[in-house]
Amino acid sequence: MLEKIKPVEQPPTLIQKKLIVSHAPFLHSGRRITERSYHTMLAALPALLLGFYHYGMPAVGVVCLAVSTAILWELLINLATRRSITIGDGNAALIGLLLAMLLPATMPWWAVITATFIAVVIGKQIYGGIGSNAFNPVAVAVAIMMVAWKDLFNFDGMLLNYNLDFATLYPIAAAKHFGSASAASFSLWKIFLGQQIGGIGATFGLGLLIGGIYLMLRGFIRWEISLTFLAGVYLTAFVFNLANPARFAPPAFHLLTGYTLIGAFFLATEDSSSPVNYIPMLIYGGFGGIMTVLIRNIGVWVDGVILAILVCNLINPLLDKIRPQALGKVV
Amino acid sequence: MFKKLFVGLTHPRLEYEKLPVRLPEPERISAPKSITLLHPKNENHRLPSMLGIGYRVKTGQKLSLYADQNFYVISPVTGTIAGLSPYTGNFGKTYIAITIAVGRDESFDDGFQQQMQNPTMQLASSFLACAPGNPPWSVLAHSENGIKTIVIRGLDPDPMVATNQYVAQSRLKDLKKGIHILKEITGVQNIILITAGESVQGYGHIGALVKSVKTTYPSALPHIVMKEVLGQIVLAGKTCEDLGVCFFNAEAVVSVGKAFESGQLPTTKILTLVKKDGTSKIIETPIGTPVAYILEAHGETVNEYDRVIFGGPMTGSAIYALEHPVEPDTDSIIVLDRDKAAYVSDYPCINCGECVRTCPAKIPVNMLVRYLEASQYENAADNYDLYSCIECGLCSYVCVSRIPIFQYIKLAKYELERAKIPEAADA
Repeated sequence: MLEKIKPVEQPPTLIQKKLIVSHAPFLHSGRRITERSYHTMLAALPALLLGFYHYGMPAVGVVCLAVSTAILWELLINLATRRSITIGDGNAALIGLLLAMLLPATMPWWAVITATFIAVVIGKQIYGGIGSNAFNPVAVAVAIMMVAWKDLFNFDGMLLNYNLDFATLYPIAAAKHFGSASAASFSLWKIFLGQQIGGIGATFGLGLLIGGIYLMLRGFIRWEISLTFLAGVYLTAFVFNLANPARFAPPAFHLLTGYTLIGAFFLATEDSSSPVNYIPMLIYGGFGGIMTVLIRNIGVWVDGVILAILVCNLINPLLDKIRPQALGKVV
Repeated sequence: MFKKLFVGLTHPRLEYEKLPVRLPEPERISAPKSITLLHPKNENHRLPSMLGIGYRVKTGQKLSLYADQNFYVISPVTGTIAGLSPYTGNFGKTYIAITIAVGRDESFDDGFQQQMQNPTMQLASSFLACAPGNPPWSVLAHSENGIKTIVIRGLDPDPMVATNQYVAQSRLKDLKKGIHILKEITGVQNIILITAGESVQGYGHIGALVKSVKTTYPSALPHIVMKEVLGQIVLAGKTCEDLGVCFFNAEAVVSVGKAFESGQLPTTKILTLVKKDGTSKIIETPIGTPVAYILEAHGETVNEYDRVIFGGPMTGSAIYALEHPVEPDTDSIIVLDRDKAAYVSDYPCINCGECVRTCPAKIPVNMLVRYLEASQYENAADNYDLYSCIECGLCSYVCVSRIPIFQYIKLAKYELERAKIPEAADA
């Protein structure tokens, strides 16, 4: 009879210790979201530092304000929605930083705060927070700001009062309005080394490239997206240049100016709004690159990167349906 | 332990344990004062009074609580039954824990020896079901299409565990005998021995085809072995047995060989003990030895909130009490410090795609986990390949959000299985 059986008495030497019972696996690769955010910010530093060097304290002010308000908006939303505080994962800070890198150094304070509000609240939190946003929050914010306050993104006008040791002329705008001849007046090598005006952290090609390579090697971004994005830009610009060399700037010029590099390495690769399967990543990146040059060359906007990324974010869910057949799948 | 890679382009490499060329003898400790055996419990049955407290048992004696059921355990010691108590294991499985106080003199039961001259499946399954390594006799007996191939795992499926690798390399004579007996009693002639890397040499005329697999996890998991070695794809929701393949641990085969060689039922388990500092050793201990006793003998202290894991770090299970005995299938005991064990979080999936790229079954884990988190198990099974999962746990291993994906998958399968039962009853 089961009821009559007395349980075995514990031998006195054994002290009952509380063990944690959890499900397998008991190991972890050690990667964390925080790590991803901070390393992406680290990779952005070289480009950002040159921006600080060129534009001085106003640039530092914009970046600090953007990062701090982005964190603040996230905190406020966390409190308002009574969800756990998520500012520790560094994602809000990263959004603020990347956003500031796209802005001119003379951006007024209210515009910076508005931009971070759009990025964090409208771009990310109303979808449900990290991982749920359909569009890149930074791209959403910049796109809305570009439409609402067009003059704030006119780099020639915004950076008029700077006296730098290179032409204070926004190359991509010059090429768009005055044709290839204007593009030829810029030395590509100097542009690559950051001798151009533009967003605080978007002009230093070498710095962005170093950051991008670091992120790709560490696996924080998916190299397929970045490289096909650049390839898409290059090939499309090449075709345009071939068709009408006088009107359309050469492909290398498109690679190094505007938001191309920061877009390829930091914006198009945003986790939540980009695909994860191999072929979709290639299509996504390539499509983004093609759209960028299409908007630049035949659209009304000076720079097409932001809008192109938003368009490919839109097709991302559809693209990610192209996936390999699972093991043993019965069709 | 495993370090994370600096370069993240490549897949995580979980290398299998590599044994030294000169194999050390397993460390033995003196027998504990009492051992505990877990006898499967049947809720509808009363306990027979014959196996009450005070009943004397011999080493190798078969103890069966239910007269009309096939469940039994083999006593690894000579002594008297000191207690019977209900015990709950993983997934709500219930047992009767039989505690035997070890007596002074050892005497051997000769029930097996009397019948061993004529080896049959019947004999093997009625004496060797609880042999070290847990031979899967019931799989052999109940397979619908019949087993045509037996795969002997000379390599443990999990990293950090080296038990079967050790046994396969050090107990060649018994392994050979075991393969011979297996062929004789099952009639299966196609027997494959799986080893790691280039260690195909040294097995000589073992009586089985020796094949090597890659030295990284999860290449020794059954589904991957089926695909890479046998060239067969196990369809989603099916098992290896459905394709006529049965997996034996090397230790199980060695137990069979040893039993028929010596006439005594093997009752000591070889296992890998991984300490908190990451060092591991091969030890040998009677089945039923409480974990606390083993850890004490090997100078390992367990603190509050540490984890003690039976089986490998990727697929094993954590035990809740240090009194838990060593079972016939306990290939390893891993002690994990509370700070070192992986923790999980309720963070959402950020869609980084690590899991998708790591998954050996090519499941869209990023989509699957969204359905599983929302308890939409049927949707997950229909649209996102839940049943293709080979349960390697690599998705949880790489997840940056630390979502317990593997646990979600197991839960989903369990819930779907549970939902089937009332449906079948209605039909």
